[in-house]
Amino acid sequence: MVDTLVFIVAAAICLTGALGVILARNPVHSALMLVMTLFGIAVQFVAQEAHFLAAVQVIVYAGAIVVLFLFVIMLLGVDRAQNLELSILPIQRWAALVFAAGSLVILGALIVVVNEPVTGAEAMGGTASGDENVRLLARSLFSDHVYAFELTSLLLVIAVIGAVVLARKPKDIQSATIEEPGNN
Amino acid sequence: MVELVWLVPTLPLFGFCLLLLTGHLLGEPRAGWIATIAAGASFVVTLVVFVGLLGKDSHGGERSYEFILFEWLPAGSLKVEAGFLVDPLSITMALFVTGVGALIHLYSIGYMHEDPKYSKFFLYLNLFLFSMLMLVFGNNLVVTFLGWEGVGACSYFLISFWHERDSAATAGKKAFVTNRVGDWGFMIATFAIWSALGTVTYTEISHSPAMSAATGTAVSLLLFVAAAGKSAQLPLYVWLPDAMEGPTPVSAMVHAATMVTSGVYLLVRMNSVLTDDALLVIAVVGGATALFAALCAVAQHDIKKVLAYSTISQLGYMFLAIGSGAYVAAIFHVITHAFFKALLFLGSGSVIHGMHDEQDMRKMGALRVAMPITAGTFIVGWLAIAGVPPFAGFWSKDEILLAAWEQKNIGPLLWAVGLVTALLTAYYMSRQVILVFFGEQRWEEDVHPHESAWTMTAPLCVLAVAAIAGGAINLPLIKDWLVLEHFLEPIFHHPHHFSSGTATKIVLAIISVVAGLIGISIATLVWLMRRIPSDNLEPEFLENAMYVDSTYARVVGGVGTSSFQKTADFDAEVVDGTVNGVGRLVTKVGQLIQPTQSGYMRNYAVGVAIGALAIVVVLAWGLLL
Amino acid sequence: MEITTGWYLVLGALLFVIGGTGLLIRRNPLVMLMCVELMLNGVNLSFVAFARQLDDIGGQTVVFFVLVVAAAEVVVGLGLVVAILRRQPGATADDLSALRG
Repeated sequence: MVDTLVFIVAAAICLTGALGVILARNPVHSALMLVMTLFGIAVQFVAQEAHFLAAVQVIVYAGAIVVLFLFVIMLLGVDRAQNLELSILPIQRWAALVFAAGSLVILGALIVVVNEPVTGAEAMGGTASGDENVRLLARSLFSDHVYAFELTSLLLVIAVIGAVVLARKPKDIQSATIEEPGNN
Repeated sequence: MVELVWLVPTLPLFGFCLLLLTGHLLGEPRAGWIATIAAGASFVVTLVVFVGLLGKDSHGGERSYEFILFEWLPAGSLKVEAGFLVDPLSITMALFVTGVGALIHLYSIGYMHEDPKYSKFFLYLNLFLFSMLMLVFGNNLVVTFLGWEGVGACSYFLISFWHERDSAATAGKKAFVTNRVGDWGFMIATFAIWSALGTVTYTEISHSPAMSAATGTAVSLLLFVAAAGKSAQLPLYVWLPDAMEGPTPVSAMVHAATMVTSGVYLLVRMNSVLTDDALLVIAVVGGATALFAALCAVAQHDIKKVLAYSTISQLGYMFLAIGSGAYVAAIFHVITHAFFKALLFLGSGSVIHGMHDEQDMRKMGALRVAMPITAGTFIVGWLAIAGVPPFAGFWSKDEILLAAWEQKNIGPLLWAVGLVTALLTAYYMSRQVILVFFGEQRWEEDVHPHESAWTMTAPLCVLAVAAIAGGAINLPLIKDWLVLEHFLEPIFHHPHHFSSGTATKIVLAIISVVAGLIGISIATLVWLMRRIPSDNLEPEFLENAMYVDSTYARVVGGVGTSSFQKTADFDAEVVDGTVNGVGRLVTKVGQLIQPTQSGYMRNYAVGVAIGALAIVVVLAWGLLL
Repeated sequence: MEITTGWYLVLGALLFVIGGTGLLIRRNPLVMLMCVELMLNGVNLSFVAFARQLDDIGGQTVVFFVLVVAAAEVVVGLGLVVAILRRQPGATADDLSALRG
């Protein structure tokens, strides 16, 4: 009973937020709607016994990524921008409609086909294998997927460097190159 | 030793490649010597192969050996190999081709002295020798065709060697185009033979059952068209007189001794296919050509043109022999003709060289004093061609006349034509000898004729010896002396045997000798002793070769040109239009598709999204159903 | 009413479709990036649902990595957006059509 209620409420939050993202005019509103969705997703994670992920979701996604979005929006002043309605490209609306309808149909059909009752329901909480969620996750991450893990750290470094390079002001670039040969 | 046959065409090919790459670096005379050594080495190897062939067992068995290099054209049931066939016929042809060829290479070293394109000449000569040897040694019709085309191309190159002269360039083109008509006959005949017999290899063809009479005659006539093109018979002879524009060694090698005999070789090689009806046609055309050309030769003033028409006439004799079924006689005449005609051409070249490029006989005379060796050897050649015994020409020409006499349909008529031609031959050759070497000198003051270098006179002497003694390979009357006939016997399924008695043979021989002597005497009376006026004996009609050339030009130029023009228009509009239309179609389609490349990222995103959807559907198809 | 895996999957699918539609119809590059985040979240939800159903922690590991990569992607994407919008303030996705064919 409680589960159902939790699910429905969280689902409502998610969907409202999602629709808000795509329909809001002001990008700041879109960002805030996104936060709402992310929060709803975190609740769903908890309901599915994925506690660690829920925490990470809130901290990283809602806490860092959306904040980053807001920084850029404010930096560039896009919130004051004009003309940001829905698309005016000719076939774009119809194509989006086709995509939405088609995807819903396909995904719905697939879901119906593979739907089965939940088996290892509370297992993720730790009863079945005797470990907690974090421990299980950590074990998997650092043994089976350790290479991927190391590579993602590399990926993050590259992303940071890329962002620094991309976001430099053009004047910074020129002054940097002029200064370098002056070293003795 | 017979396996060495692959070396024979390879040596001149190697010479060709070497001269192609380094010819102008080597310069004169090294380039010439390299080519001559290649040709000479080829001759030596041919001798070795010949000795090897003799060593193999002959009586009863076939004396033929095939050497396959690789399979050239495997296509369904068609099997064409790149192979050599060493048998008495091919080795006989190869012997005199390489032998006379080597002598002519040597001669050219002196003749082409100080020509700016010296090394180019020799590489063409070597390439020609290679092609001719491939033609002769090929074991199937396609390899022979390779050589056939090769000699045609080399003939073109060599005739138009001095292409700065318009007349030379035109003559080259004329030769090539006329030859092409013959090539068409060759190709159609090859296709027909393959379709009827399922093979193009000579050994298999000679062992195949006969084709139907109609097919056989058609194939034979097509082969004769090919031979007529290459060997200058009516009506495809027109290129040979013009081919005299080329340097004289070319005239000697290509247009006297070797290339023009390839038509004879082809027909002898394919003897099992030739039907009696076709043979009759061949005999008639051969005889008619012989007579026609001899008549034209009577009125020519250019020293080389006389010899050109003489070649056509002698080739007519060879086809007359083939048509009468006497293949051995034809080959015999090929060999002796190679000797004396090459000798005559080289001799005329020596005269031209000594007279500083003067070719009109009316401006010569009494050259025997200034050029004794040339004169002596030329006289030997003259006696040979006139059919004076015991020179080589007598034996072979006589055998042909005998075969003509015995031809079952119109033998005596053919024999009479041959006899008249023999008389005319003796007459015009004597006329030539007298005008050039005897009488009073008629040249201008500033011309100082001199004898030529040893590189030119040595081949003349060798050929003169051959012209004297060459008849020995097939002397009649005594069975053991018919060496050539026995040697070539395995080639023929139905060997020809002369049916006349010894008395008939002797009578006919005497008549032909008398005819020759009559011809010589008339010439002497007219030209040397001036007893009979010569005005009526050189009518313009004959001088212009009965206006055949101009008739061709009118027909081809008139009707022909308009049809050619129409064909060209068709090609430009329809064919090109189609090809260009394809290009335009592609452009059109591209323009239709262009709007998809709008540049808008979101349009592309649409494509990605819908495409991904489609892939999901495809992948989950089984599940969904 | 039992909440089966299917419900979560439906929710994930809906989020995905809404995000995809938003991506196709919005022109503001920042909003488009947010829509991408929506799609990723929908997928994350599905992964977690399956992890739970199949009793395999691998599903959650995947979500972890998706999170990391999404973060990196947002960083770089925003860097790009900053670079472009600095040059051309007020640019939308439609203005970047230099690769028109």
